[in-house]
Amino acid sequence: MSTAALSPRATTAVLRAEARLFRREPATLFWVVLFPTLLLGILGAIPSFREANDDLDGLRTIDVYVPVVVLLALIMAGIQGMPAVVAGYREHGVLRRMSTTPIPPSALLGAQMGLHGAAALGSALFSLAAGRLVFDVALPRQAFGYGLALLLSVAAALALGTLATALARTTKAANAIGTSVTFPMMFCAGLWLPVQAMPDVLARIVELTPFGAASLALGQAAGGDWPGWSHLGVLTLWTVVLTAASVRWFRWE
Amino acid sequence: MSVIEVSELRKSYGGRTVVDGVSFAVEEGEIFGILGPNGAGKTTTVECVEGLRVPDAGRVRVAGLDPVADHGKLALVLGAQLQESRLQAKLTVREALELYAACYPNPADWRPLAERLGLSGRLDTRFARLSGGQKQRLFIALALVGRPGIVVLDELTTGLDPHARRTTWELIEDVRDSGVTVLLVTHFMEEAQRLCDRIAVIDQGRVAALDTPAGLVGRSAGATVISFTPSAPLDESRLAALPGVASIAWKDGRVTLAGTDGTVDAVITLLARGHITAHQLRVSDATLNDAFLDLTGADR
Repeated sequence: MSTAALSPRATTAVLRAEARLFRREPATLFWVVLFPTLLLGILGAIPSFREANDDLDGLRTIDVYVPVVVLLALIMAGIQGMPAVVAGYREHGVLRRMSTTPIPPSALLGAQMGLHGAAALGSALFSLAAGRLVFDVALPRQAFGYGLALLLSVAAALALGTLATALARTTKAANAIGTSVTFPMMFCAGLWLPVQAMPDVLARIVELTPFGAASLALGQAAGGDWPGWSHLGVLTLWTVVLTAASVRWFRWE
Repeated sequence: MSVIEVSELRKSYGGRTVVDGVSFAVEEGEIFGILGPNGAGKTTTVECVEGLRVPDAGRVRVAGLDPVADHGKLALVLGAQLQESRLQAKLTVREALELYAACYPNPADWRPLAERLGLSGRLDTRFARLSGGQKQRLFIALALVGRPGIVVLDELTTGLDPHARRTTWELIEDVRDSGVTVLLVTHFMEEAQRLCDRIAVIDQGRVAALDTPAGLVGRSAGATVISFTPSAPLDESRLAALPGVASIAWKDGRVTLAGTDGTVDAVITLLARGHITAHQLRVSDATLNDAFLDLTGADR
């Protein structure tokens, strides 16, 4: 709608205001930042999860679960958190009000994506640190590959969340879509059963989903290997397709 | 010089025509009212002026700009208060003012603006906790913070108590006096009569009349209203035959006639001939409300 150039001052102001609002949402902060690490703590408290497991190539269950809770943070931020906020802004005319200023409403969407993405990454670092300090889980041995896989996963999560926002007409609908997508995504990430331990046919299907691919890529990088290009490719493809669909269907009002 | 020009504007939603050939021009420095019943197409018309909607046909120019194609430039010169829009629920008044001020290259200092609007004591209150009147005043402040040359105010005083409404009117007059052109959408007659230099009455997507408030009142069929309680029965057909009578209404033995100055003379002559006394005789000018009902046929 608007072709006005974004002034850095205005963009900063939008980001700062949205960051303040983000900090005023204790529920989002809990589910995105604390819950994944808390869950890691609970899983780590189970004695058998701290023992080497032959089904997991000699890794301990807790080792495999660190990437899973990292992905859980991404799912909570991108799919549970962001769509409800942005759909609410649209439903209540916040985006519309912004579009009468020289700043396009996309600045609000951008700020929300940036903040949820940053919170998810912060939560991921928190989980990695907790895994290392409390349960002696080695830090990712292929750090660069891990970082790349993590960034691609964040992009895919945000793209999926944006599509949910695009398809939902109301905040309620955005919440409903978010929740119904969250559980399959958590399953694919390996929350109930690590992807590495899934039966072959199931694993091959899950590998093609964004969080299944992300889980395997992060697992490989954690173990010191470069994450498989097929997994990175699946993540990239999902991000591109979901983004294109969001651009096609997103409405500002 | 016209700062807003709308000609032959048309807009329909799903086959239903909402705006059907609206034309008007707003001169620099005036308060121009758009008055009409609910669903008349007022809001859609101003949304086309604000560039929030794309017209199906017709031409809109604001300060020489096409509101849709030149939206970025338009936003620098036009401030808007929208009907039914909210801010982020947990954003405080201060944060909202700072945020919107930062959106403009040369904003007004928001502190005196907040002071003038009576928001100084509410700077740390979150939007969701403001009263209806405080929310409206904040939206006025946000519409003005970019120092626009034109402001569009849509149903501004809806939901305000009479005192807050009066304060808001004074503020709008101040805004106009500072050289800002005001386009005001309202369905309050009193507001339109008090504030507007000129009014376009919109009904069913068309401009039913465009004039000054006094001009609109004067052109209605029953510009003068005569009411009295006759001391003896009075034949309605004889009243109806009087010159200029537009309407006759009886209530509890009291008759109210709408007509012209000539009607007043004729009524007095008629009563004198019949030796009838007119108790509690009142003669008054019709209000904008009467003119509005007459123009829009809302009473039919």
